[in-house]
Amino acid sequence: MNATLDYPAPLAASLDHPATVTPEMEKTQRAVIDASTRLPVILFYGSAIFWLLIGSLLALVASFKLNDPGLLNQWGWLTFGRVRPAHLNAVVYGWASAAGIGTALWLMARLCRTPLRHSKLLIGAAIFWNLGVTLGVLGILSGDGRSIEWLEFPNYASFMLFVAFGLIAVWAILMFRFREPGHIYVSQWYLLAAFLWFPWLYSTANILLNFQPIQGGAQGAVNWWYAHNTLGLWFTPIGLATAYYLIPKVLGRPIHSYYLSILGFWSLALFYSWNGMHHLIGGPFPAWLISASVVASVMMFIPVITTAINHHMTVAGNFEALKWSPTLRFTVFGAMCYTLASLQGISMAIPSLNVVTHFTHYTVGHAHLGLYAFFTMIMFGAMYYILPRVVGWEWPSARLIRWHFWLVAIGIGMMVVVLSLGGLLQGLALLDPEITFMATLDYTKPWLFLRSISGLLLTAGHIIFAVSFTLLLLKVGATRSEPTLFMSEQDRQPEPIRA
Amino acid sequence: MNRMTVIVIGVFLTFLSSWLGLVAYPYFNLARYTPVVDEETGEINPPALSGLAERGQQIYASSGCIYCHSQQVRQVGYGSDLERGWGSRPTVARDYMRESPVFLGTMRTGPDLTNIGARQPSEMWHHQHLYQPAVVSPGSIMPSFRYLYATRKIEGQPSAEAIVLLPPDNPPEGFEVVPTQEAEALIAYLLSLNRNYPLPEAPEPPQ
Repeated sequence: MNATLDYPAPLAASLDHPATVTPEMEKTQRAVIDASTRLPVILFYGSAIFWLLIGSLLALVASFKLNDPGLLNQWGWLTFGRVRPAHLNAVVYGWASAAGIGTALWLMARLCRTPLRHSKLLIGAAIFWNLGVTLGVLGILSGDGRSIEWLEFPNYASFMLFVAFGLIAVWAILMFRFREPGHIYVSQWYLLAAFLWFPWLYSTANILLNFQPIQGGAQGAVNWWYAHNTLGLWFTPIGLATAYYLIPKVLGRPIHSYYLSILGFWSLALFYSWNGMHHLIGGPFPAWLISASVVASVMMFIPVITTAINHHMTVAGNFEALKWSPTLRFTVFGAMCYTLASLQGISMAIPSLNVVTHFTHYTVGHAHLGLYAFFTMIMFGAMYYILPRVVGWEWPSARLIRWHFWLVAIGIGMMVVVLSLGGLLQGLALLDPEITFMATLDYTKPWLFLRSISGLLLTAGHIIFAVSFTLLLLKVGATRSEPTLFMSEQDRQPEPIRA
Repeated sequence: MNRMTVIVIGVFLTFLSSWLGLVAYPYFNLARYTPVVDEETGEINPPALSGLAERGQQIYASSGCIYCHSQQVRQVGYGSDLERGWGSRPTVARDYMRESPVFLGTMRTGPDLTNIGARQPSEMWHHQHLYQPAVVSPGSIMPSFRYLYATRKIEGQPSAEAIVLLPPDNPPEGFEVVPTQEAEALIAYLLSLNRNYPLPEAPEPPQ
């Protein structure tokens, strides 16, 4: 396979003879690859940021409605039971998935060491994806929502997402075939796996729950097999692939241990896929089914701790870099929260603890720790790294990046803490039949108010990020020859960092 | 790991195992239930929904009731569901054979509704509660579903369906609040929720 097809002729000629490749040529090669991803990356990232804003707005409406149920209650399309799933689906499919796809396709091109081919497939996918999310969110608000958690989109919307995903999967397989021969980097294992797992997951769940629904007694199992695996086998692999790429890249040093990477990958594949039934503990299901998931959830300790050690040892000794590099600060924050979210998830699967947290806001806090503090923060880190390279312009302002980081870091920290505390009080009260149901609700009210405040902080951070992104796209500001960092190179010791 | 084939096969097999266990098994074992005829009473359990209640089931889905209300009574040892009087026995898979989508739920901002039709059989109570939840149930943060009702001018005799509302939501003089068909359907569904019937695999636990 001639992977050098799209390079300038002299570079292509040299790349065919690896011995003659100089660092300058590699730099040109990377620039050509980055440029080839420009349109698809900007389409996925741009729409992701748009949906992040819409999703934040829907979240605020839903959250404030729990503080003041009289708010905006004249219209059916803004009732809590529609705004909440509209928020979830807007951020899961509109923001997180699109941000993940944008990151994944850039990583694929870089790691396959070949310019992006067949970009029309991706552009088509981006259009279908956004049509699907738009129709889905409007569908939920207008009363077509399905009330199947994580799969609320009506069929006309989920079908479009499926088409979009089909196009992306075909593209991914083609890219892999055209990759330059040699080492397959750990990030690629995760990306390849995610691209194979998600279409399978999404089609199985949609067929059995929406297109040809099976009996209700089995639907809960399929629902939570899907919902938990979307987190575990779609977002987690993309998030980890990104961290495995960015951390060593920014620090300029290799991943601590290749063997730990292998162990982490295969144990994740085996155990995570069996986790879902812990959402149904105590419910109308055979005991073995639930037990299998509880065991698999506890076994998640292996991939989680392996990956945590691997990432930690890679950063160890270089934590200073978090002061300068926006990419690294967001990514390491996300990687640390992956460990936290996973350990918390394991504890929540243990039946004696689950009996407290089940049916409470504690679970909502956990979901945000996973999808936001882990995944979303890593996506921010990736965007800070990738966008200047594909747009050909540095971020306009380090101050905007700093505000973005602190608003969302404090916002998500506060959200997780208040939902966890409120959820624990609610759960303990629910366990005690002497406490009236209304009193269990009263325990949550002050915490739900604080949650709304934390949502305001997050939304402010998102608006700043969107402004920063727009300025970058418009190439506003002075021309910079250096990346936008929190500290200039003169101010820091010892050696320069590459992001 | 430099061979794509190895990765693809491994990725396929690990996922296949969970697909077999958590999807195929439930598909063949939990989705094949038939109703049971009670030999004493001749009743068919779980009972079929009326047409109106079935329409209400869809309104329950499109209004997102599940985001605050569960419909499952857990076994002894898992929470205080039975002590709270939410049901006379834990629910089992057969109870949900007619449900699609199934509303097991994962959140209890509001109480469980597995048997709400038995616990609160008054139609008027449900109308009032849907229209002004915090008045009927002080402290509630349930949203008002007033968009399922119409306020209209009384012409001639007041309508028999008109609902009685307390201040501040009571209609002005000469007006009345009547449920739309959707409100009627939703309440027909809520009133149908009564899973206290006996099933062979779900005996009532000793008191």
